[in-house]
Amino acid sequence: MPENDQTRDFPGARTPDRTGSVDSSGLRLALNEWGDPGAPVIAMVHGGFDFSRTFDVFAPMIADAGWRVVAWDARGHGDSDRADLYGWAADVRDHLAAIQSISTEPIVMLGHSKGGGQLLDLLDGRPSLARAFVNLDGLPSQFSSPDVNDRERQRMRRADLSAGLDRRRRRNELTRRPDTIEGLAQRRQPMNPRLSREWLEYLVTVGAHQDAEGWRWKIDPVLHLGGFGPWRPGWSLDHLAALEMPFLGVLSGVQDDPMGWKSRRSDIEPFLPPGGRLEFFDDIGHFLHIEQTRFIADLVLEFLESFR
Amino acid sequence: MTRTTEYLPNGRLRLALHTLAEGEGRPLLLLHGLGEHSPLSRPAWTSTWKGPVLALDFTGHGDSGVPVSGGYTPEGLMSDVDAVLAVHGPVTIVGRGFGAWVGLLIAGARTSLVHGVVLFDGSGVSGGGSQPPTPYVNVLPSSTNATPDPYALLELSRDPRPPDYALEYVRFVLEDSEIENPIVVSARIRPEWMAAVASDIGVIELPLEEAIASFS
Repeated sequence: MPENDQTRDFPGARTPDRTGSVDSSGLRLALNEWGDPGAPVIAMVHGGFDFSRTFDVFAPMIADAGWRVVAWDARGHGDSDRADLYGWAADVRDHLAAIQSISTEPIVMLGHSKGGGQLLDLLDGRPSLARAFVNLDGLPSQFSSPDVNDRERQRMRRADLSAGLDRRRRRNELTRRPDTIEGLAQRRQPMNPRLSREWLEYLVTVGAHQDAEGWRWKIDPVLHLGGFGPWRPGWSLDHLAALEMPFLGVLSGVQDDPMGWKSRRSDIEPFLPPGGRLEFFDDIGHFLHIEQTRFIADLVLEFLESFR
Repeated sequence: MTRTTEYLPNGRLRLALHTLAEGEGRPLLLLHGLGEHSPLSRPAWTSTWKGPVLALDFTGHGDSGVPVSGGYTPEGLMSDVDAVLAVHGPVTIVGRGFGAWVGLLIAGARTSLVHGVVLFDGSGVSGGGSQPPTPYVNVLPSSTNATPDPYALLELSRDPRPPDYALEYVRFVLEDSEIENPIVVSARIRPEWMAAVASDIGVIELPLEEAIASFS
């Protein structure tokens, strides 16, 4: 599937100013940075099936306002090493390793979706790491299909279990399916129905690699959506209530976006930490910082004004 | 007999599966507790089993491989047992402690390949309890390939095990099983999940040797 056109531009997208890596108990995590290395730090944690380059427009906006933005790829995602085992707790620990490599002082942290949920866990256990915490639609309060009855949920869990075991049986043979840039973008569109094809094609060029057969997403093919075990979304709210640092939560109110937790304002407000702030937008989808980048960047910068 | 060992592929790692006794028929598969490893010889309580007696070292335990940078979950280690099922076909499982928890999970996930499971006492039976324990996040030094892997001990002693989650797997087993009592609790240590399983109407309780004999 030869293709001569190997790059795509996207308005405002900027290649990281610096790249590097961090060691998490022998596993290499890829780091990307934007902005003045001497500026105050904000760490950004991406969501599931994303990678740090999904911040290619958002991060430069924050950096240009006087911040050093550092983001890393989760294990098995983007340019980080593929792992033998994956799990929520391991991701949280990887975040700690990355943060400790960036600064010995408390920093500002921002997490989107699963990344935001994992930072809730981390900052409940290690509150002194953060000066402030911004959570972009990563406040789970219910399963993402709240209208599914228990029996159907059990059937889905069984199917998920079998598929997961089958996939791990074949893990040494699994590869990501090759395609053109346009083809990969089209296949990702169902996960990101509110994002433009132009953006998704750009994402392919930074989140996939090209070989003789075409482009393939870098993410480890053994990974799949779901597979959370006994984890309950509501457990995250306990972590939210326990936070001690200044907090800004931003919720998407779009209920038909296939990704995201679909939490409502009334689900979250009772658990806000003291002084915590919650913004709710019923016309912006789960990928708020990509769909309305300037608006969300301005909101975050306004919240962070006193932390510069 | 002196145990013999075969190694099964498990991604980039390998799993050690020991044969403790030869025999004809369906194998009895022993799953050890957290931080433990397979017995070096056939335990006396398996003496009535006519088929082969196998014992698996979980990832990060015994003679099995150690992953880089942890990532252990009971659900992930179900695939260790599934690797045995892929090679040896249907088995009956005796799980001790943590192995009892994984034994229940894999029995529910691979109902056609697990012909009965016995849940018995052993280390790591409680995990992190029914609710997530107090958050504790720390980065350990890189793995040394020594077992038990410290990350296994850390992560598999903190995973939540809600009773209703355990009962989901009980339902999966009971819905599909062709035998009358496919889950037998022999454990005397009863964390909430084990107590819930033992209380289920489709589950019976027997002493260990009788439990094994019930699947012969």
